[in-house]
Amino acid sequence: MTDIFILIPGRTSKQGTTLNEGKYTEGYQTEINTLKMNPTDMERLEISEGEEVRMWNEHGSVVVPCSTGKDELPPGLLFISYGDKSSQLMPGETHGTGMPDSKGLDVQIEKLTTN
Amino acid sequence: MSIAEQPKNETDNPLKIVEDATCTFCGCVCDDINLTVEGNRITKAQNACVLGKAWFFNHHIEERPEALIDGQPATYEQAIDRAAQILLDSQYAITYGLSDTTCEAQRVAVAITDWIGGCLDTTTSVCHGPSGMAFQGVGEVTCSLGELKNRADYIIYWGGNPAESHPRHFTKYSLMPKGEFVPNGRKDRTAVLIDVRKTKTAKAVDIHLQLKPRSDFELAWALRALAKGLELDDSVEEKTGIPLEQLKEVMEGMKKAKFGAILFGMGVTMTRGKHLNSEAVLALARDMNKHTRWVAKPMRGHGNVTGADNVVSWSTGYPFGIHLGRGYPRFNPGEFTSSDVLGRGEADAALIIASDPYSNFSQPARDHLKAINTIVLDPKLSETAKIAKVAFTTSTYGINEPGTVYRMDDIPIPLRPAFDSPYRSDYDILKAIEDKIRAHQLAAVNAG
Repeated sequence: MTDIFILIPGRTSKQGTTLNEGKYTEGYQTEINTLKMNPTDMERLEISEGEEVRMWNEHGSVVVPCSTGKDELPPGLLFISYGDKSSQLMPGETHGTGMPDSKGLDVQIEKLTTN
Repeated sequence: MSIAEQPKNETDNPLKIVEDATCTFCGCVCDDINLTVEGNRITKAQNACVLGKAWFFNHHIEERPEALIDGQPATYEQAIDRAAQILLDSQYAITYGLSDTTCEAQRVAVAITDWIGGCLDTTTSVCHGPSGMAFQGVGEVTCSLGELKNRADYIIYWGGNPAESHPRHFTKYSLMPKGEFVPNGRKDRTAVLIDVRKTKTAKAVDIHLQLKPRSDFELAWALRALAKGLELDDSVEEKTGIPLEQLKEVMEGMKKAKFGAILFGMGVTMTRGKHLNSEAVLALARDMNKHTRWVAKPMRGHGNVTGADNVVSWSTGYPFGIHLGRGYPRFNPGEFTSSDVLGRGEADAALIIASDPYSNFSQPARDHLKAINTIVLDPKLSETAKIAKVAFTTSTYGINEPGTVYRMDDIPIPLRPAFDSPYRSDYDILKAIEDKIRAHQLAAVNAG
């Protein structure tokens, strides 16, 4: 089962603090690799806290653990800290601005089945 | 500056207090930090926010080679020779980064790019570059952060989350401080957040307009219409998710303000529409001046990204996305910006200063960066340093090096370093590369 969402990559305070500790620390890597989702979407898709999902669009595909965004995210909206994972889903095209579409990306989500 | 050397402590590390040090982690560039320095570690950073503390506490000296060539340790001299040769041999080099180094180093990077006729771009192009384009389209009604502190009684944060990205902006400049014309601080100010997410900033404001994703332009245009007294229909709510009545209430508040400010972030510039979104927000602030005083200011991220805009603008006439190959500057975002030049596979060499595009760019751009001769200067190991042909380990600006940076409101601020680094500064390395390139180019001119 797949679902279409809008992904907002962005900065977080924890990303900022762990960035200074180093990009190869566990804290930074966890922060930039965790997807936040509205709890009702998680329930609907039967995704438990920390469970991995595949997220993809025409530019790339990544596998990330999913965590509740609590009331910060309305249904249909996803958040992930900027980093390697979000960049893989970003288009190269900038529409003559120099800026790729870096927020508001259409992505599909699929729960990873562990057989 | 007041640096008081004190007697050595028990661990034989000289204890030093640096008063009014400058934090360069974010665009707030807070210059009231009191550092306690023990040897080559900062152990206290009074007045710093959570991000500032992480910045100061984690830039101690790491054991790394001073330079790497093809992944092998090398001396600075060897790496400088190789970097200069790569740039001289290139047909279409690009210089990128620059937002986390001093203005003095930025000037030298511009000079290098000019000598070799390359592309010159900064992290602004993937930050507030669209706002830079919008300034050229509609202008910028602006002010200093000091004016915000002393005057602003209606503040709109738009497409940003300063509670997490610029924590002291609230307490030092915009939301909380008591100012000359807002003597009661927070009580004298109305604060609005326009954002698709209910972020931590939403908890700090009075009104949260939680708009639908990708409707910033329409919301700004609707507010412009209301500012002009035009009637709108319910399609505004359908598109933006914000009830028209609520928009009208906000507009009434905006008109009654004595000094209003829109502080906008990358939710505006990175979303579809980009420079048109920024133009709409800037035009709204401009239009509001028919009623009362309003300004709009971009919330800048990196410590000296504003300096990069200033240095590159006063050197070339344009802020980013510039080509110097014809002997005069040409500005064209989309053509001479790094994401495009690399994404289209055009550049044959890259000089990256204090940035990590291999972590942050699109996959086509990353693939190309890996395939060409890349030179990187960075205090810390990064993905870009790992794939670079020449990687320099540098000292850290503000912590080890003096110099000048610009706060997000274009105010220049001096740096007050805490301790020496065994590594060279960006300025020193770039100057050595520039000296070699200049000598070569002048010799070529004289010979020919």
